[in-house]
Amino acid sequence: MLSWRLVILFILLVLIQVTILNQVAIGGYINPQVYLLFILILPLNIPGWLLLLYAFAMGMAVDMFSDSLAIHTASTLFMAFCRPGIIRLVSGSFEKDSGAAPSFGTMGGISLALYSVILILLHHALLFFLEIFHFSEAAQTLSRILFSSIFSFAFVMIGFIILEKASPSHLR
Amino acid sequence: MRNLFQFISRYYFFFLFLLLFILAIIITGSRQHYQQALMWHSANKIAGQLHQARDRVVSYFSLRQVHEKLLEENTRLHNQLEESFFLSDDSVYIAPDTIFKRRFTYMHAGVINNSITRRNNYITLNKGQLHGIRPNMGILTPDGVAGIITAVSDNFSLAMSLLHSEVMLSVKIKTTGHIGSLQWEGDNYRTAHMSYIPPHVDLQTGDEVVTSGLSAIFPENIPIGHITDWEIRRGETFYTARIELNMDFNTLSYAYIVKNLMQDEQEELEELVSPDI
Repeated sequence: MLSWRLVILFILLVLIQVTILNQVAIGGYINPQVYLLFILILPLNIPGWLLLLYAFAMGMAVDMFSDSLAIHTASTLFMAFCRPGIIRLVSGSFEKDSGAAPSFGTMGGISLALYSVILILLHHALLFFLEIFHFSEAAQTLSRILFSSIFSFAFVMIGFIILEKASPSHLR
Repeated sequence: MRNLFQFISRYYFFFLFLLLFILAIIITGSRQHYQQALMWHSANKIAGQLHQARDRVVSYFSLRQVHEKLLEENTRLHNQLEESFFLSDDSVYIAPDTIFKRRFTYMHAGVINNSITRRNNYITLNKGQLHGIRPNMGILTPDGVAGIITAVSDNFSLAMSLLHSEVMLSVKIKTTGHIGSLQWEGDNYRTAHMSYIPPHVDLQTGDEVVTSGLSAIFPENIPIGHITDWEIRRGETFYTARIELNMDFNTLSYAYIVKNLMQDEQEELEELVSPDI
């Protein structure tokens, strides 16, 4: 399961997130989270414990570099916990027990987009509320969740496209 | 007992999630213990070095602006030098001797990591314990207050930015001298709010807001920004004014760390009277 491709992807996504995207401030407060691609792209039939450990490691790595205590860890774990259920929810024609990674080829464009949107929204909702730790600025927080999700989704989709183009078809 | 194990192994996914999730929430909840949670902060060694490496590349792009800021500041300081003045009255002279006692010392540091997008933003500086930095020192730039040091490692230090929900800065209106407290409310990173201004004060748009010097962290009269509008919020009896900050946190690249040599003395004395502050 721990293939070198996943390790490289892990390191690459952490670096992109903390050195580039964390410094970007679209509209003053929108902060895209592209590292979620790592959780989204894990094989469909990955064992639950491994999924959670990956999520924990990824969240911790991002937290360590962005001075955010453990809020990325908590929200990435939550997202990983919801992942199997969401896969069941959006699965239509594709084979969800195969070892394939989610991609346009294996899931189809609409299912992939839906799956990513729901998980990104769940992640961002927890992330931004944990960041504030109280509900007094709810309207502002909701707009942060919404707009950051849109940008994260765009970045994640670009990531899916790049990975699909870059990897040879027999590995999918 | 066997049933229990069966139960746990059937729902292990949920229990493992719960365990890790609670761990993360505990770490997040311990936000007061910055030193203990240092492992999770960018003042730690690996993260600090990564940010420093990134800064080495990125800082070249802002050299011109930094250069201009430094020139501006030097010009301002030159204008204050004794040599720039002509003594026109020979019956008056100033004799500085032991009546001046040093209260603040300054040290410069590079900003290697900084955020403005979150509700609670932090600044990482490339000076630490080995350079004499301690928690609760202030960070200044030519444009005003940037933040307060909260944690230090050997070579790096981490500061809560002024753009942090737990930072409250004691400020005053320069013309009238009325005191209030400045806090960032999470909206635009160029504006903050000054609260507790008595309603009888005659506020003007453009009134300058400076540090009050009441807290032991920052010197007095450091320009922060100016008032753009004000209101009495529902349920309150004081004015809350919107302050346009002088500082653009998005372009922060270097800063001064200010150390108050009398900070301990002042705080110890104040604790004698009100131990619960």
